Amino acid sequence: MTSIILLSVLGIVNLFLGFLRSNRMLLPVAMIILVVVFGANAYDWNSASQSYFNNMLTIDRYSVAFTGIVVLTTVLLLPFSQKYVRDDEANLAEYYSLLLFSLVGAIMMVSYENLLMLFVGIEILSISMYVLAGSDKRNVRSNEAALKYFLMGSFATGILLFGIALVYGATGAFYVSQIGEAVANPANASMQPMLYIGLLMMLIGVGFKVSAAPFHFWTPDVYEGTPTFFAAFMSTVVKAAGFAAFLKLLVQAFPAAQNFWIPTIIAMCVLTLLIGNVGAVAQNSVKRMLAYSSISHAGYLMIGLVAFNGALSGLSANGIFFYSLAYSIATVAAFGVLKLVSDQRQREDYTALNGLARTNPLLAFVMTVAMLSLAGIPLTGGFFGKFFLFGAAIDKGYIGLVVFAVVMSMVGIYYYLRPVIAMYMRPAEADATEPIAVGTFQAVVLVVLALLTVLLGILPGIFTGVL
Amino acid sequence: MLTVLLLLFPVAAALLLHFAKGQAARVMAFGASLVEFALAIFIAVTSQHTARAQFEVNVPWIASAGINFHVGIDGLSLLLVLLTTFLVPLIILASFRHDYPNASAFYALILFMQTGLIGVFISLDAFLFYFFWEVALIPIYFLAGIWGSERRIQVTFKFFLYTIIGSLFMLAAFVYLYFQTGVNGAMRSSDIIAFYNLNLSAAQQAWLFWLIFIAFAVKMPIFPFHTWQPDTYTESPAPATMLLSGIMLKMGIYGCLRWLLPIVPKGVSQWDKVVMILAVIGIIYGAIIAIRQRDMKRLIAYSSLSHVGLMAAGVFSITLMGMQGAVVQMLAHGINVVGMFFIADIIQRRTNTRQIPELGGLTRSTPLLSVTFLVILLGTVALPLTNGFVGEFLLLGGVYQYNNWLGAVAGLTIIFAAVYLLRMFQRVMLGPDSSFSAAIRDLSGSELAVLIPLIIMVFWIGLFPNVFLRISEPAILQIITMINR
Repeated sequence: MTSIILLSVLGIVNLFLGFLRSNRMLLPVAMIILVVVFGANAYDWNSASQSYFNNMLTIDRYSVAFTGIVVLTTVLLLPFSQKYVRDDEANLAEYYSLLLFSLVGAIMMVSYENLLMLFVGIEILSISMYVLAGSDKRNVRSNEAALKYFLMGSFATGILLFGIALVYGATGAFYVSQIGEAVANPANASMQPMLYIGLLMMLIGVGFKVSAAPFHFWTPDVYEGTPTFFAAFMSTVVKAAGFAAFLKLLVQAFPAAQNFWIPTIIAMCVLTLLIGNVGAVAQNSVKRMLAYSSISHAGYLMIGLVAFNGALSGLSANGIFFYSLAYSIATVAAFGVLKLVSDQRQREDYTALNGLARTNPLLAFVMTVAMLSLAGIPLTGGFFGKFFLFGAAIDKGYIGLVVFAVVMSMVGIYYYLRPVIAMYMRPAEADATEPIAVGTFQAVVLVVLALLTVLLGILPGIFTGVL
Repeated sequence: MLTVLLLLFPVAAALLLHFAKGQAARVMAFGASLVEFALAIFIAVTSQHTARAQFEVNVPWIASAGINFHVGIDGLSLLLVLLTTFLVPLIILASFRHDYPNASAFYALILFMQTGLIGVFISLDAFLFYFFWEVALIPIYFLAGIWGSERRIQVTFKFFLYTIIGSLFMLAAFVYLYFQTGVNGAMRSSDIIAFYNLNLSAAQQAWLFWLIFIAFAVKMPIFPFHTWQPDTYTESPAPATMLLSGIMLKMGIYGCLRWLLPIVPKGVSQWDKVVMILAVIGIIYGAIIAIRQRDMKRLIAYSSLSHVGLMAAGVFSITLMGMQGAVVQMLAHGINVVGMFFIADIIQRRTNTRQIPELGGLTRSTPLLSVTFLVILLGTVALPLTNGFVGEFLLLGGVYQYNNWLGAVAGLTIIFAAVYLLRMFQRVMLGPDSSFSAAIRDLSGSELAVLIPLIIMVFWIGLFPNVFLRISEPAILQIITMINR
């Protein structure tokens, strides 16, 4: 709860700092705010779970852990906004404040007990993202992205809200624990059609937010148009918070209806893996590849939902936590490098990366670590992320699904190696022999990201079994 | 603790190498690999050669899942660790004449690879083994992909995809076995002993066998999983080729001995005929293609394919003779193939060609080169008194015990090897003079420093094989008892 209060208050303070007309101050201030929030959140780890607003929000280990991921991701992402610091036209204070406010939404999504809080959290997060997607206002693509994201997102939240209403109609409750009891109660069997339609609509609404197929269509276009910095935020924070909320919803409200939703999620999962991985192969733009890869990672995370064990701890919850952490760190690194490269070379396709190992060994190395992690190759966190999720699913007997996911991750190796090949094995383009300018601060953060990824890959034990 | 030091020292040295440039990087890497070799020798001298693993370290790694960092060295591991630590300094020394751009990264990757290889040979936990198995792949991918010749991108990509897809099958099998260890409410474990003690039905073992076997078969490679091999060997820079053929290939055979046979013995007894036939096909197929090769590196690559088929046949004969033969032949092949690729590299550097028909009469101005070449070549042909003879004799003996006919066909390898290798020697070193024969320089000091230790080993293993056989015998006997349970 302290983190929500701090973020809201400090977000407003940050907004007022915008009056000073000095962008240079804003980045350090925003970083400090986030570090303070991270500390305040970590402080809650050892205290017993606390409830707020008539139990509408609960701060327990589960929410603290996922809050930790989203705040950490944002801290590590911020340094890549340095270009905006130098750009006087950019409304930096607003950008940062929107990011801080959207984190409030994310934290609500991971700590809700009441579906209304889930809805409000999703809306706080989404509305900030609609604005940020269009923040590059002189760019037509950015405008298109914002409009597309806004229209599709509004439909999705409308559907989600309708779903919540139907579930309320069927069970008479907004609290996940009460819904869980009502669903499990055989006396309510006559309400099942309404409940199932409501649940289905909620799956659609949340599925849209985490870009799971077949509700993924916005993803590539929106990522492509959204400024890289915010696209990175979208694919990490929104996804981590979305899956934490998703798991909590299924585990606490609908465990009794698992015979209904598990086949649905499996179907979505297979489709998501297929579309994400096969779609990524066909891309020529690194950013679009990352967009499709972000779809595919939603598919891997859904395996964790399928493997659910009726508790917010154990193999599946820990698997989703570890995967979200490893995925977020690697994705921030990949987008960070891409942003630095595309800012200077004005291109986002693979050729922009050609010969990068010659001119910027550090950038190439960090990008390689990120790609290996996303591909799930040992020595990186991504390997253990997949390992834990697949292990949880095998434990539950979903061997066929895991085999399919393994085949899909083989496809993943193909497109994740393309940037590596471009950077290390191809000569630089004629117009791209100049080294990319990297600030010391950014370089330090990149090294931290690479080290974290390798740490997760060598000593995964630190982060397993925490929930 | 010695095992951990053995494992971490190369990677620590690799990190330090980042601060060295050019010449200094080479010297540092060479020094580090010598220290590592000394460490391995120390371990070899102080350990007893029993079936029990020595210098065990067993600490929790992923504690909540029952996965441990469990390493140890028994006789079988020891020989392969010795082979690795013996060859890596020579491989580094062999590259001294090349001026690789970005040398510190190049040598750092070699040392990094060494850690991966040693990790594979000493891991006693399935997931740790898999971890190092893949870790060894990453540096070789970059070594071949960055410093290789023209077609390197497609070729290394193919290599990477093949091997990683192969290993994913193994991972799937390991995850399955891991969950099997926990079926009766027991704590799940990925320890090798827990896997050995599983009571798997014949039906389970039948498919588990293939999942695990394919990973090893791709790495060795056994026919028909070999198609990445000749291209990768040809396109990689010489040190990477030596690492691939000299050491990495042994990961597959070692994997079969340590992980495949004892874990799924019933699977082996169902499928051993298929594997034997594939192996024998590989022997003949590799040899016949080798005869037709004009490129020296490709010829050696196919010869290696043929020889590894024989090693696989020896392993799957499940006889003490065949398996011991595979162990000695792993050492012998490692030494010989590294020597052959090094000599091919020397000739290419001096003449800018590896095409056999373009060469000829080199021996006139290079007596040292031709003598060393001949010795190593005869080792590969398995002339008595050389290392190849001991290995092939035992291997063929094992295959004969398994099946006379297969033994007879596999025995052709010696004739074929003599045909293609002696023909190569004749056309490159003897034969009519080419434009190179007068001007070519003989071996330099550093090149001799690489070849002399190799030649010493050719004769040492050839004359006193018992030194090595005794080290591995208890471990092999134990594996055989486990298979025959």
